Amino acid sequence: MNRLSRHLDSFGAILLAVIWIAPLLFAFWAAFHSTTDAVNFNLTSRLTLDNFRVAWDGAPWLRYFMNTFLLVTIVLIGQFIITTLAGFAFAQVSFPGKDFIFILVLLQLFILPEVLIVENYAMVSRLGLFDSLLGVGMPYMASAFGIFLMRQAFKSVPIELDEAARIEGCGWFGVLLKVYVPLAKPTYLAYALVSVSTHWNNFLWPLIVTNSDKTRPLTVGLSIFGAPENGVDISIISAATIMSVAPLLIAFLVFQRQFVQAFLRTGIK
Amino acid sequence: MNKYANQERRRRAIYGYLLLTPAAVLLSLFAFYPSVATLWSSMFSRGTRRHPTEFVGAGNYNDLFSDPTFWLVVKNNLFYAGITIPLSMFIALSMALWANSKISAKGFVRTAYFTPTVLPMIAAANLWLFFYTPGLGVLDQIGALFGLPSVNWLGQPETALWAIIIVTVWKESGFFMIFYLAALQTIPTDLKEAADLEGASRWTYTRRIVLPLLMPTTLFIAVNAMINSVKLIDHLFILTKGGPSDSTKLILYYIWEMAFAFFDAPHAAAMTIMVLLVLGIIAAVQFFYMDKRTHYQ
Repeated sequence: MNRLSRHLDSFGAILLAVIWIAPLLFAFWAAFHSTTDAVNFNLTSRLTLDNFRVAWDGAPWLRYFMNTFLLVTIVLIGQFIITTLAGFAFAQVSFPGKDFIFILVLLQLFILPEVLIVENYAMVSRLGLFDSLLGVGMPYMASAFGIFLMRQAFKSVPIELDEAARIEGCGWFGVLLKVYVPLAKPTYLAYALVSVSTHWNNFLWPLIVTNSDKTRPLTVGLSIFGAPENGVDISIISAATIMSVAPLLIAFLVFQRQFVQAFLRTGIK
Repeated sequence: MNKYANQERRRRAIYGYLLLTPAAVLLSLFAFYPSVATLWSSMFSRGTRRHPTEFVGAGNYNDLFSDPTFWLVVKNNLFYAGITIPLSMFIALSMALWANSKISAKGFVRTAYFTPTVLPMIAAANLWLFFYTPGLGVLDQIGALFGLPSVNWLGQPETALWAIIIVTVWKESGFFMIFYLAALQTIPTDLKEAADLEGASRWTYTRRIVLPLLMPTTLFIAVNAMINSVKLIDHLFILTKGGPSDSTKLILYYIWEMAFAFFDAPHAAAMTIMVLLVLGIIAAVQFFYMDKRTHYQ
């Protein structure tokens, strides 16, 4: 009985797993076959790389990759600097009004940048950042979520280390850089993985603030390339999709444990 | 001595404020000011060359309340939330229970469940397009094996929203799974042993011991799922663009369309305020729950 239920469990779990990756598997299948072979599911049909060639020539992918790469880098650097400073202030510096300001910051957790698209668009235009990568990244830099995370990480640093460093003659900035930041490394890593995968995948806001191929990230480029109006067939869309998710997907498969840990660490507060 | 302490305190306060300045500037520019500006502009009419903007108070809100499309969109979004939240949570829990039990190919199973989480919604939509395309799509081909007629899943109002919902559930379940999985791993094994000694069935053990212990995680996931039911709309741009006949239009998509396709910022602002109100209620619920959880500890 016990063995039977275990086999049933395995069967159910694996069946669901297969269903779950089926969309990805079919996209792989389609990407490497001509359209007619792809939709006929002829298992013996010839593999081809033509779809990738056609897709690659159909849009400035290299540019899109570069833009996405630069975008996630800009966002991450901005987030690191801003959340480190603010997180440190909330964790280790006492000043009047701290609790009230902290609650104000936490409010932003629920004012999703996605919802404020209209006014944020106006703001970015006012700052002259429309159609620039900085404009795409800026609304995400002062992330309340990141500030919260850094505050938690810095709070767990033993005060003795802080005092020891001060006795050695470190100023507050030295203490921050030499004591707090190194000790919070796991938090930085987790935050970085979550941030990079979020912004690699972000779509709506970049769609609104970019207006040319010189700034469009991959997701926006992919949506334009695959738009039904353009009449691109399924094999070529699949090839383009596989191409654009490949870097993140490979990174995920290689560093799976770290990714899962990162999502957990940043999710459970 | 006292004077020195005072000076020290003031110096610290200045450090504190200086450290907060960059965050405060950016949060003001991209969260606080825009929220207030949205509220403000939701009370003014849309300016045209002949009629400059003027204060209309609740006028834009009244327009929306008498707009059948708005109510359809609200209904769609409630339906979207009402299905995606429980369904993805249920699937996530099943996935976690399986991924935590002694099954074969555990590594593969976990990876397969989690993979959709790292894909962009746009890419997910492209993958599912291959399933939904009438005639050529995978679903139709499977149906044809059983002699079922071809169905235009995305092209008819009865099925289109369901097709959208399935993509969302597919995307977010694996993400929620990891939180359940982490919580399951903190349940002490002696509870299971005790339940076995008492002769409790697996179902009883799950229902009476595991589920209650997972309650905080369930609430956390529920809040996230609620936020996602407002936020996750990227796939609409690829799959349906809100059609056919607005049957898949969700609020955030409608806000985008109102502002950037119809150039009607005031009505978009009024809708934004309503969404912010809903998010505020969710926030209040969560704060309440976080309060409670600290009492447990």
